[in-house]
Amino acid sequence: MIRVLLPTHLRNLAGLDGEVGFEIAGEASQSAIIDAIEARYPELRGTIRDPRTQRRRPLVRFFACGKDLSDESPRAPLPEAVVAGTEMFLIVGAIAGG
Amino acid sequence: MSKVRVLVGTHKGAFILDSDGQRKRWSVSGPLFGGWEIYHLKGSPADPNRLYASQSNGWFGQIIQRSNDGGKTWEAVGNSFAYDGNPGTHKWYDGTPHPWEFKRVWHLEPSLTDPDGVFAGVEDAALFQSSDAGRTWRELSGLRGHGSGPNWQPGAGGMCLHTILLDRANPERIFIAISAAGVFRTDDSGKTWRPINRGLKSEYIPEPTAEVGHCVHRIAMHPARPHVLFMQKHWDVMRSDDAGESWREVSGNLPSDFGFPIEVHAHEPDTVYVVPIKSDSEHYPPDGKLRVYRSRTGGNEWEALTEGLPQGDCYVNVLRDAMAVDSLDPCGVYFGTTGGQVYASADSGDNWVPIVRDLPAVLSVEVQTFA
Repeated sequence: MIRVLLPTHLRNLAGLDGEVGFEIAGEASQSAIIDAIEARYPELRGTIRDPRTQRRRPLVRFFACGKDLSDESPRAPLPEAVVAGTEMFLIVGAIAGG
Repeated sequence: MSKVRVLVGTHKGAFILDSDGQRKRWSVSGPLFGGWEIYHLKGSPADPNRLYASQSNGWFGQIIQRSNDGGKTWEAVGNSFAYDGNPGTHKWYDGTPHPWEFKRVWHLEPSLTDPDGVFAGVEDAALFQSSDAGRTWRELSGLRGHGSGPNWQPGAGGMCLHTILLDRANPERIFIAISAAGVFRTDDSGKTWRPINRGLKSEYIPEPTAEVGHCVHRIAMHPARPHVLFMQKHWDVMRSDDAGESWREVSGNLPSDFGFPIEVHAHEPDTVYVVPIKSDSEHYPPDGKLRVYRSRTGGNEWEALTEGLPQGDCYVNVLRDAMAVDSLDPCGVYFGTTGGQVYASADSGDNWVPIVRDLPAVLSVEVQTFA
């Protein structure tokens, strides 16, 4: 079970309280996680990645295991600890603006 | 019993203000979608419980919300706004070509007859239409592709399609306005469009009387007289008596003819309201006095409406979508400010009271009247 923590605005949009868990079939990657999020919560489509380019939105960042994974390839395998569920995959809104 | 519902979009959420037809006591509910920019929300004339809202922010992009119960509950619907084909380029601020990129929905205009029909005016400027209550959107690309699109250029607020006027008498006719391209009209339900900017003169562009390039801030019409249009331009208040074929200036005795909103009285087609702003670089009222100006003659002769409005040290702005009227008698007039006040007049502008004083900066105001 991959554990994901969404930023506050997106938790509110999807009516969620805390972290959410996903079983990912096949290789777990950033793209696979976002696919799973968008499939379960259609209201979040396009909020994490641009729906046209499929690129991560510029002010959204991904962290896990104490590392910034934002600039990794979207299809790169996730760290084993994330796949095993011992570490959360954090989706974070960048601190910017007011 | 009659009642009024005022829909307010702000920089940090939406608010719904309710009153009975007396318009003296108001309830304020919200914020809805707290922390998000709500550029606009509007109710369907065909079903007043059907509301649409444009929710966006710089982090997570565009959301469209729909309510089927007058704003009590909401559901996120379709937010895919894909330009038709290769959108090409428009002009950037420095005149160089710049790719067309979707940024946000500025204005939602529900169909006059179908609760599931709604138009969206977006930045970068284009018009989208949904026929399934916002679930899917398709571009009416004849507008962007009619020929002058590569020469459109953003105004200071972005290259936004901000005004959509539907003609009750002619369902195939739509007027739209883009900052800074100008006004366009279709007479075939959006398949083909042409610019209707003859008579506009904008000294700040290379060709002041060019076919496109004018920074139109807002246009308005009375529904019973759709061939007469009023315009607040970057500078100049204008009027057309031939559905936009030609325009003439009616700024008359206004203290400044710069401003953003313009609105028409619900029962008097020649009674028009504007809020003069000092200049294009000083977006606040002249002399620190917040004054709505009213013309009862369709322009040129304007009177200041000040009763109940701050007449000193007031430096707020009133944005283009932040003024509306109800259809009660006497007509109610409403506007919101960047200082977070929403003012209402229940007597056509003679007297004003703040419904609420301390909201986030107001981006839009719409009114629903329940007779």
